[in-house]
Amino acid sequence: MDFQLSDSQRALQETARKFAREAIRPKAPHYDETAEFPRDLMSTAYELGFMNQGIPAEYGGSGLSHLEQVLVCEELAWGCAGVTTSIFANDLANLPILLFGTEEQKQRLLKPFGERMRLSCFCLTEPSAGSDVANLGSTARRDGDHYILNGSKCFISNGGYADQFTVFATVDKGRRHKGITCFVVEGKPPGLTVGKHENKMGQRASNTVSLTFEDVRVPVANRIGEEGQGFPIAMETLDHSRPVTASFSLGIARAALEHSLEYSAQRQTFGKPIREHQGLQFMLADMAMNVQAARLLTWQSAWMLDNGQKNTLISSYAKCFAADMAMKVTTDAVQVYGGYGYMKDYPVEKLMRDAKLIQVYEGTSQVQRIVIAKELFK
Amino acid sequence: MPIVLIVAEQQPDGHLRKATLNAISAGRTLAEKAGAELHLALLSKDPSKLAEELKVQGVKAVHTAAAPELEHYLAEVYAPVIAGLVQELKADYVGMASTAMGKDLMPRVAARLKAAMATDVMAFNGSGADISFTRPMWAGNVFAEVKLTTPVKVFSARATEFPASTGGQPAGEVKAFTPKLEASKTKFVDFKEVKSARPELTEARVVVSGGRGTKGDFKEIEALADELGAAVGASRAVCDAGWVPNDLQVGQTGKVVAPQLYIAAGISGAIQHLAGMKSSKTIVAINKDPEAPIFQVADYGLVADLFKVLPELREALHKLKE
Amino acid sequence: MKILVTAKRVEDPESKIKVKPDGSGIVQEGLKYKINPFDEIGVEEGLRLAAKHGGEVVVVSIGGKEVQEQLRHALAMGAHRAVWVNHTGTLDQLALAGLLQKVAEKEKPDMVILGKQSIDDDQNQVGQYLAEFLGWSQATFASKVESLESEQEKNKVPALQVGADGKTVRVVREVDNGLATLECALPAVVTTDLRLNLPRYASLPGIMKAKSKPIEELTPEKLGVDVTPKIQVLKMSSPPPRKAGIKVPDVATLVDKLRNEAKAV
Repeated sequence: MDFQLSDSQRALQETARKFAREAIRPKAPHYDETAEFPRDLMSTAYELGFMNQGIPAEYGGSGLSHLEQVLVCEELAWGCAGVTTSIFANDLANLPILLFGTEEQKQRLLKPFGERMRLSCFCLTEPSAGSDVANLGSTARRDGDHYILNGSKCFISNGGYADQFTVFATVDKGRRHKGITCFVVEGKPPGLTVGKHENKMGQRASNTVSLTFEDVRVPVANRIGEEGQGFPIAMETLDHSRPVTASFSLGIARAALEHSLEYSAQRQTFGKPIREHQGLQFMLADMAMNVQAARLLTWQSAWMLDNGQKNTLISSYAKCFAADMAMKVTTDAVQVYGGYGYMKDYPVEKLMRDAKLIQVYEGTSQVQRIVIAKELFK
Repeated sequence: MPIVLIVAEQQPDGHLRKATLNAISAGRTLAEKAGAELHLALLSKDPSKLAEELKVQGVKAVHTAAAPELEHYLAEVYAPVIAGLVQELKADYVGMASTAMGKDLMPRVAARLKAAMATDVMAFNGSGADISFTRPMWAGNVFAEVKLTTPVKVFSARATEFPASTGGQPAGEVKAFTPKLEASKTKFVDFKEVKSARPELTEARVVVSGGRGTKGDFKEIEALADELGAAVGASRAVCDAGWVPNDLQVGQTGKVVAPQLYIAAGISGAIQHLAGMKSSKTIVAINKDPEAPIFQVADYGLVADLFKVLPELREALHKLKE
Repeated sequence: MKILVTAKRVEDPESKIKVKPDGSGIVQEGLKYKINPFDEIGVEEGLRLAAKHGGEVVVVSIGGKEVQEQLRHALAMGAHRAVWVNHTGTLDQLALAGLLQKVAEKEKPDMVILGKQSIDDDQNQVGQYLAEFLGWSQATFASKVESLESEQEKNKVPALQVGADGKTVRVVREVDNGLATLECALPAVVTTDLRLNLPRYASLPGIMKAKSKPIEELTPEKLGVDVTPKIQVLKMSSPPPRKAGIKVPDVATLVDKLRNEAKAV
């Protein structure tokens, strides 16, 4: 057992912290207010290798291990979770190619991301199939060397600006989850329509749209894995992304904790700083304790992947615990600030809105519990 | 008798750099503790006029070197000349004010003499042969008492810690010496002076500094400074943004000041700024943000918009004079 | 061209420095360490010069095993290789400059770029000692005319101007009351001031690549340098604390206090 980070792990953390502090945080209120796409931050993030961070160097990425990604993403999310979701969208979308693509596909579909800034998005959720992935309605029909895609996807991060789409569709609805297949759609082919940018409660810096596929042709060469392998591909992808999603919660919650510690030292009631009141101390202690507990689960779930271990159970613990923890900690931070906490002039209400999304996306906290139970009953 | 040699500094405009007078005081303090004689060195194209000014500063002798090569200061030219004089005089201590020149030159002199050096000395301790130096470390967060164990001991003195020497009798002797000139691998190209009618930051009795809160508009800062005969300073953010010249920066990484009165307007008070001004005798902070860290070091804090209160303050101070 | 830059390990400038009760040093516990900010500016300038003129940036640090972290930082920024002078224990400026002299004689760079001072002992000496020991030209407090928000800065143009023949470098120096420009024959020693440039971030791929860049290990013994300290720190203390100040309600009260209490106006 070793909880010591290596020099290079600390260096990664440090560079992410610096970027978050100097670049992301100062602009976070602006992007939260306007819900504009943070293009300037994205392009710096690209140049510094925060985008495509998990893609190995030989395919043009930064080549970070899972633990390293978790360390980096906690820092970025400390700056702004919405921006971080945008930055990390490529990694999520490209995971299926990395995990299940052929060497030819990796060369062709991953490498261009290392040559210039390109965006990619992960298209799984549908209006009537979110948590219930097996109920996917999008279809793929084979036509010679192509598949023809039809259907619609929703809540797609970076969908409005993407150059490449990782799409899940079924080749046979009757086969339920055994019909699901994974495809990569390049560019903006005819028949692909981007819907409006959703007006979200939190993480407003991330672009979220719906997509419609109408007879979109995809070459067979862009099918990832076999026909019907899409469901395990999606599940494996989520096993890999859950530690990072959990780390977003850590960043948000740590920011809330730090603000609370600072504010509670300044704000006076009954003749002393509020943090000298025991009631406040209990809250602050709980916040700090839970952030650290979530961090250890998150690290463990990433470490397992790096060591070739299946992490479905632990990563579900991590994602679920961290998301719920961030919700609680940010809610408490608003409480620490009292009336001011509810005002947009103070930083904590944004954190509370941002945290909420983590309980919802990439598997709700309820779905995580279902996965956990299923693992426990094995 | 041991000898303390202080190097005088001539400005590009030919005048004596005022900090030299503070360095002379420092040298005198040291000479008294060490039971030593105080000597001065002056290098110039034509040192005669300044030598007359300096000989009445209560020194044993002013050693002057005159040569055309000494017109523009260059460390490589000056260092061997001063080191040569130290050896000739068998001086025990050689020091200078911690000005840009002092900081550039003295380590090179020390290197030449294989001597150890203490920078930014604030006080001398002990007596006779047992002398130690007090100097700041970690941006003034720590004061260290250090001892130099080489035969010759070199130092630069922080001007704000020693009063300007006001002269003494009898007048010292002016002694010309032949400088050991060496060919220089460095050429002086030019000096672009930032012209200012105001006193030099590190020498001023009063400093008025502006920060981010000015949004780059220094008119009110300057007007108040002129009312007080003060120098103008600035925070790092303001200099980095190019709003005011770099050499106005007060802070750990800029100039360290310790005036009688320091007025900080629109400066939040980052650690590195505080490090450069917290030895000031009286500190006034004016800031809109009541939580700004600058208030923690200020003797008098005023939570207000600087654009509103600086004119008021200037008016009020002007009335005091009438 | 070959540029030797330094990467001293110092306490994070944001950290609170406290003196131990017995005055024997500072409290190390809980401190974070970084590359000396002035050295980081030196590394950046070296990288810009190498990008413009071609060549190699070699970074050197002196200290125990832990200084490898600062070397890796410079390597992650883009330096090509590193030299580590392994030594634990106190080193004064004479010793540091002596060690750097030997490294410079071995590496034969066209330029050595160092921070003007390190933010721990604030001595501001090593560059000058080194220039004298090597018998080289010296330009301290290197800065530039353009601001840090200028186009030149955004385009990472080096501020140090190497002559067309590659034999000289022009350096704009930050001095009292203005900027002085020197032309130094190469090889030269340059020390950096704050506004020479804004150091780049170490990129993620840069950090990953730095793991496999070579670090050569040397020791004072191998370099033949006697590092016995000639400066002894007898005691450290905290500066006297300022007495707590007050908030005044208005300008009139402020003027009254300044005149009658502080006697400052």
